[in-house]
Order: sequence, then structure tokens, then C-alpha cells
Amino acid sequence: MLNQYETVFIATPVLSENQMKEAVQKFKKIITDNEGEIIHEENWGLKKLAYPIQKKSTGFYYLIEFRGKGELIDKLEVQYRRDERIIRFLTFRMDKYAVEYAEKKRKMKETEKVREE
Amino acid sequence: MAQNNSEIRYLTPPTVEIKKKKYCRFKKNKIKYIDYKDPEFLKKFLNEQGKILPRRITGTSLKYQRRVAKAIKRSRHLAMLPYVADLLK
Repeated sequence: MLNQYETVFIATPVLSENQMKEAVQKFKKIITDNEGEIIHEENWGLKKLAYPIQKKSTGFYYLIEFRGKGELIDKLEVQYRRDERIIRFLTFRMDKYAVEYAEKKRKMKETEKVREE
Repeated sequence: MAQNNSEIRYLTPPTVEIKKKKYCRFKKNKIKYIDYKDPEFLKKFLNEQGKILPRRITGTSLKYQRRVAKAIKRSRHLAMLPYVADLLK
């Protein structure tokens, strides 16, 4: 049974939309190349930071939910650290309640979408 | 009121505090997972300086206090909540 993880990273606000997409692609590729399976992703867009990080007051947030082996996390985090575009990241293993919550939230969003249509 | 007349009268009526029993809002509402992505909700557990409020004030049970603390710390790391603040809220 593979663990389910959630990772969020904050990229610098100086990136253009294409550069941001490229960064997202890069990290998704790292996950899929290491036998990971992406379950869900969310782009939160440009958000204001509660405190400055590397003298920046805003950042692009991106969330990826995936399933994979533990070794994958090391590789992913090394890449995060090496990448200058990433100013902050968080990865953690989701417990059963977190998984439940994420699924419920997604379902709720889906029904909302259907209603809007 | 009539029965009060025979007793001692106060200029200012003594405030008899009816202690409201504290309860854990997570147990009551059956919330199992505390989301770190919702800083507005987590702010209920912070004081004005952005410090985590103790259990004796919020009434949260120990199990959920630990989870609240974890969620707040994750949220702080991702700059969704401040580590230090002067006037939060």
C-alpha cells in the first residue's frame, strides 16, 4: 500500500505564466518518473504572504496530491531545494482523515460545478 | 422579584456568573481533520500576537489541540499565517 502525500510549493512572483507552468510540469514529471501517481492538483494562483520570504511579499501557490513511495519524497525535496524559483515548500503524508477530507472537498466542488452548469 | 424584597438589596446587582461548560468544538461537530489551508478558521485559535491559545481557553480536547497546533504550524510555514503579528484579526 503506497502512502498518499500532499505537497504545496510557493514559487517566486517574478515568473511569467509560462515559466510557472514549466515549473509545475517539472515537478509533476519528477513525481511520475519515480513511480508516483498524481491524484489531484490545484493552482491557487498568486497569493499574498503573511510575512516576507526572501524579500518577496507574494507568491504562486500550487498543490499536488499524489501516491508514491517514501524515496520519492527525498528526490522531490532535493529538487525543490535546488530550484531557485521555489521559495517555500511543504510535503507531508496524509493520514486517513486527511484523505477523507480531501475527497469530500473534491466531491463538493464537483457538485457545485454541475449546479453552476 | 417579590421574594427578593426581604433579602439584602444591592446597589449594583451582583453578577452571578453562570459558568458555561466549555466543549470541544471538533468533538461536538464531528470534525476529524483540521485543514491547514483555511487560515481564517485557524485564527479562532490564535491570540492577537498570533500565538496559539491554550486549551483552557478554547476548550479543545487534547487530541484535537495537537492537531490544531500542527495545522497552525503548517499554515505558518506556508506563509498563510504569521509567526509574529501585532494586530491579528
